Amino acid sequence: MEKDNLYQYLLMLGDNSMILGHRLSELCGHGPTLETDIALTNISLDLFGQVRSYFQYAAKLKGGDSSEDKIAFLRYENQHKNVLLVEQPNTDLAHVFTRQFLFDAFHKLLLEDLKTSKDETIQAIAIKSLKEVDYHLRFSAQWMKRLGDGTEESHAKMQTALNHLYPYVYEFFRATDVEKDMKSQGIGVDLEKIQKSYFMMVNDVINASTLTIPETKPRQAEGKIGRHSEQLGYILSDFQYMQRAYPDMVW
Amino acid sequence: MQNLQNLETNFQANIDAGKRIEPKDWMPEKYRKTHIRQISQHAHSEIVGMLPEGNWITRAPSLKRKCTLLAKVQDEAGHGLYLYSAAETLGISRDEMFHQLHTGKAKYSSIFNYPTLSWADMGTIGWLVDGAAIINQVMLTRTSFGPYARAMVRICKEESFHQRQGFEILMTLMRGTDAQKEMAQESVNRFWWPSLMMFGPADKDSPNTEQSVKWKIKLKTNDELRQRFVDIIKPQADFLGLTLPDPDLKWNEKRGHYDFGEIDWEEFWNVVKGNGPCNKERVKARVDAWDEGAWFRDAAVAYAEKKGKRGEEAAA
Repeated sequence: MEKDNLYQYLLMLGDNSMILGHRLSELCGHGPTLETDIALTNISLDLFGQVRSYFQYAAKLKGGDSSEDKIAFLRYENQHKNVLLVEQPNTDLAHVFTRQFLFDAFHKLLLEDLKTSKDETIQAIAIKSLKEVDYHLRFSAQWMKRLGDGTEESHAKMQTALNHLYPYVYEFFRATDVEKDMKSQGIGVDLEKIQKSYFMMVNDVINASTLTIPETKPRQAEGKIGRHSEQLGYILSDFQYMQRAYPDMVW
Repeated sequence: MQNLQNLETNFQANIDAGKRIEPKDWMPEKYRKTHIRQISQHAHSEIVGMLPEGNWITRAPSLKRKCTLLAKVQDEAGHGLYLYSAAETLGISRDEMFHQLHTGKAKYSSIFNYPTLSWADMGTIGWLVDGAAIINQVMLTRTSFGPYARAMVRICKEESFHQRQGFEILMTLMRGTDAQKEMAQESVNRFWWPSLMMFGPADKDSPNTEQSVKWKIKLKTNDELRQRFVDIIKPQADFLGLTLPDPDLKWNEKRGHYDFGEIDWEEFWNVVKGNGPCNKERVKARVDAWDEGAWFRDAAVAYAEKKGKRGEEAAA
């Protein structure tokens, strides 16, 4: 049981990176400038690298014939534990960058806390990933400011995106039973502690971007227990296509 | 007049002596224009070439393959960057080159107008398409225009890596199940002839070649390069256990080369003229990315200007 909670926790960590990495990978070759295209692909690559680390560890815990690819490609929708923010679509670049920023800020705080996790593998993954996520956050926060405080048009687009996406961030901090257990064991993070820093950090950047913090109620969102938006099924039909159409083969 | 002739004579003498031409050196207008055309076409090929492979990133069959494919497509964007920069040294802006691509004035390699219909295409593109590109590009590392030649050195290194990856994807398929072997063979059947077409028209129909050879833009003709490609690929196909779809392909002891069948030049010209399977989609994807990114680029410029102004005010 103890081991199962750790396994579930690794799925949460890995799925956030996997689904956001997937969303970014959809943009590869379609960026607004070559430099931005390269940067977004880079972030996607970093995220998939993290997924591999988390899922290799999860596969080891699970034992048997489990593998990083079985975990990544062969779960049903309701077995995915990512937060709903990361599965939101690439509606336009304003949504892409706002989604990225809102997640990066959380991701950075999460990893900073996981650096002292009692689980040595998680600790090592966190230390390595934090270097990458530091850059992701600098990149997305910089673009929040450029786009928020750019032209009237860009400002309006960013405000629309923020209004849509901000209500999803509250889900990060609603601890599930698995997260509570992981925290009590000193393996997982203290979400309450992160929450305060998160809103300070995020609201500072939103203000500096001349955008308004939306006065919206938190969205009902329960991705961490496997209840997703309608988006995830379509993501998985792409993502899992080969493994489902050609089962049990080596690629 | 005498002066111009001297310049031209000197220019040709430098090329003949194997010296590199640099952006600030005097060069005939036609040399400049030819290079702008060729380098920008090459750059466009890199970024349009991101699309057929990008088509399989979201469906890659394993995490490892997904990461290598993402990295590969990202390398192509990087190649596009160096090449646009090399062309910019000749006095054309990146925006202008994009405009030429978007309006159909500039071409890109026709191979990217073919669709990618299976995962095996990621292997075949690496093996055959990058393989053909390398043969051209290795020659171009010795081309007379300095920035182009230097860009090619770096690009060639990455391309050889891509080609090995492609070969390895196909090898994995050929060691796999019947379904995987069929997937690989079907893909090679579609890409073989278009890969041969990548070297351009036959020498007898290639009006640019003579001048290009004189200026060391091209050191070998289209037909010579095509032959070299076939000679390299055929033994590799045998090793992989793949059949190249050409009944006339066989070793010619007397020539010391493989003979191969006639290319369907009608198809070649038809795709060049815009009627290939994906020409419209490829250009549309580039135009859409550009148009949808307009507000984004404008915002970046506006923000930089505001910041500059605030900086000045603060300093004053």
